[in-house]
Amino acid sequence: MPGPSDPGFDTLAVHAGATPDPATGARAVPLHLSTAFVFESSDHAASLFNMERSGHVYSRISNPTNAVFEERMAALEAGAGAIATASGQAALHLAIATLAGAGSHVVSSAALYGGSHNLLHYTLARFGIATTFVQPRDLDAWRAAIRPETKLLFGETLGNPGLDVLDVPAVATLAHEHDLPLLVDSTFTTPWLMRPFEHGADLLYHSATKFLSGHGTVVGGVLVDSGRFDWIAAHGRTGRFAELATPYDGFHGMVFGEESSVGGFLLRARREGLRDFGACMSPHTAWLLLQGLETLPLRMARHVENTRKVVAFLASHPMVAKVAYPELESHPDHALAKRLLPRGAGAVFSFDLAGSRSQGRAFIEALKLFSHLANVGDCRSLVIHPASTTHFRMNDAALAQAGIGPGTIRLSIGLEDADDLIEDLKRALSSAKKAA
Amino acid sequence: MDLDVATPHGRARVYVYTGGKPFDATRPAIVFLHGALHDHGVWTLLARWAAHHGLAVLAPDLPGHGRSQGPALDTIEALAGWVLALLDAAGVEKTVLVGHSMGSLIALETAARAPARVRALLMLATAYPMAVSPALLDTARDDPYRAIDMVNAYSHASIGAKPSFPGPGMWLHGSNRTLMRRVQDGYAAGNLFTIDFEVCNRYVGGLEAASRVTCPVQLVLGARDQMTAPRQAAALADALHAKITTLPAGHSLMTEAPDAVLDVLRAVAA
Repeated sequence: MPGPSDPGFDTLAVHAGATPDPATGARAVPLHLSTAFVFESSDHAASLFNMERSGHVYSRISNPTNAVFEERMAALEAGAGAIATASGQAALHLAIATLAGAGSHVVSSAALYGGSHNLLHYTLARFGIATTFVQPRDLDAWRAAIRPETKLLFGETLGNPGLDVLDVPAVATLAHEHDLPLLVDSTFTTPWLMRPFEHGADLLYHSATKFLSGHGTVVGGVLVDSGRFDWIAAHGRTGRFAELATPYDGFHGMVFGEESSVGGFLLRARREGLRDFGACMSPHTAWLLLQGLETLPLRMARHVENTRKVVAFLASHPMVAKVAYPELESHPDHALAKRLLPRGAGAVFSFDLAGSRSQGRAFIEALKLFSHLANVGDCRSLVIHPASTTHFRMNDAALAQAGIGPGTIRLSIGLEDADDLIEDLKRALSSAKKAA
Repeated sequence: MDLDVATPHGRARVYVYTGGKPFDATRPAIVFLHGALHDHGVWTLLARWAAHHGLAVLAPDLPGHGRSQGPALDTIEALAGWVLALLDAAGVEKTVLVGHSMGSLIALETAARAPARVRALLMLATAYPMAVSPALLDTARDDPYRAIDMVNAYSHASIGAKPSFPGPGMWLHGSNRTLMRRVQDGYAAGNLFTIDFEVCNRYVGGLEAASRVTCPVQLVLGARDQMTAPRQAAALADALHAKITTLPAGHSLMTEAPDAVLDVLRAVAA
């Protein structure tokens, strides 16, 4: 029977979470640069603090502009809700800190952004949270790494920078067999390329700094919950999720999983994690991100179109030893990418120069359109040498485990004319050849 | 808390949310009854307000829903009998009854069966008859998720209702769809969507029940409700001599207009 459904992706990107402002009639989402919000009465104040009413108290915890961004991201990801954070790293920390404490354990893909590797391998270990890293394609390794104190499985939808495609359905199934949630970093794919909840993931986050913004103007993150994981039932079977299934002295003895079957995780993450760790998003950032989200479908289509042209150029160039892009048959995850990423494998990829380190430097320094900096997902095309920048704290073994060689160069393809990008790369490759 | 409650199929464990405070049967009671494919979580804000303002809250997951054992009950009359058994199990003699959609009919039938045990009746997003289109029921038999999507779209008047529920940052369409799917998938003994919506569709005793209700009755309706349009409650409201409050929201009143519903609840429970 035909019937109504939620609006489509492009409509949600423009409208979800927002209506014309009832106070002013403003059609665009207003920017609420207010630290705090006035109580109507003492009773009203008490009701807000005690979660008897919904509303805003203080912008570290929630803000009307941020709320629109959060709802829009949840809508685009087909999730239940979201929390805006100060950065993608803050979102990852918030997800883990909501579930884990000293003595807990995480199983993570080894193919990670260097900052995430640092957080898991060094910093969280200092707080008693251990991580076992596994090769993302090795399901037996994922399974073998799970311990009684494991709280979640974690990976990137597209690993940074080798673009290892996480087999989200397989890892999610494995996680659920052990009563564990799967958390994924969706930064490289955005909901336009993949909606991980539809493949079984339970939690996801983005560095919103990247494609969600699209303009290289902000730093922000967002943590989204599918609402599907049954924390109470899983705790009953495994004892793993006391944070959501037992009374929390830090918030009036609240049992978050009982307050809301689908929102318990986000309730605790907001009312403990944002309250205490404080890594909230500025409303100005949320407002800028909303401008970016409105054109996300249009931009992602162009990002992918340009990337395919650049990849085709590089793959046939004699100065290029290898291009790691999942749409190429040479990529080990080619078949998986066709299944999980039918719209494209994103706009960030790496390639290996056929040459020395000095030739690599010559290549980067000869580029004119590509900007040499530590970011991806900008409307401008970007280039970086991971071994000496984003992943420089990793030793050679860890680098190799993440698929990074000394000559690996990462590109983030922007929205310029593809012919101009190819011309820039052609000139830089020629310079690299001369530097031999 | 868990209660052991008599059902037509024997005794069964019932999960009851008590609003964030331990249940105290010596206090005035209020019972919240959710609708089709929902659970206690649709009442969080109202139940917490009630529990922290002197009331003893019972917000059960109906049999076969959420964390309560099945089997699901397949008539409004059976569910009303179950509510009375729940009150007995909790030691409650008299209560305010609050129901949403299917839950409002359960509350109505309960108030008719035991007028002396009901202090006031608050019916949210109600209609009588609560007819369900054959096309929707047919869809639910073949593709429950598709039927859930349809109900979800019909239940919300906006894609940006504020301040959201139970707090900012929740996407009401997404959280409701997820809840309905979870409740549907959590019932292994059959198609719970079909059971619940047939329960609403088959109920024919509404006006007769209304004639036996003796307590004050308040209806809260959504002006933009596509599931139970306000005009579909007119005859029932007349029969109950009910007060009516109409809000600028859809069927999902507690999540789309939580403050306005609380304002009504405060007056009813006073």
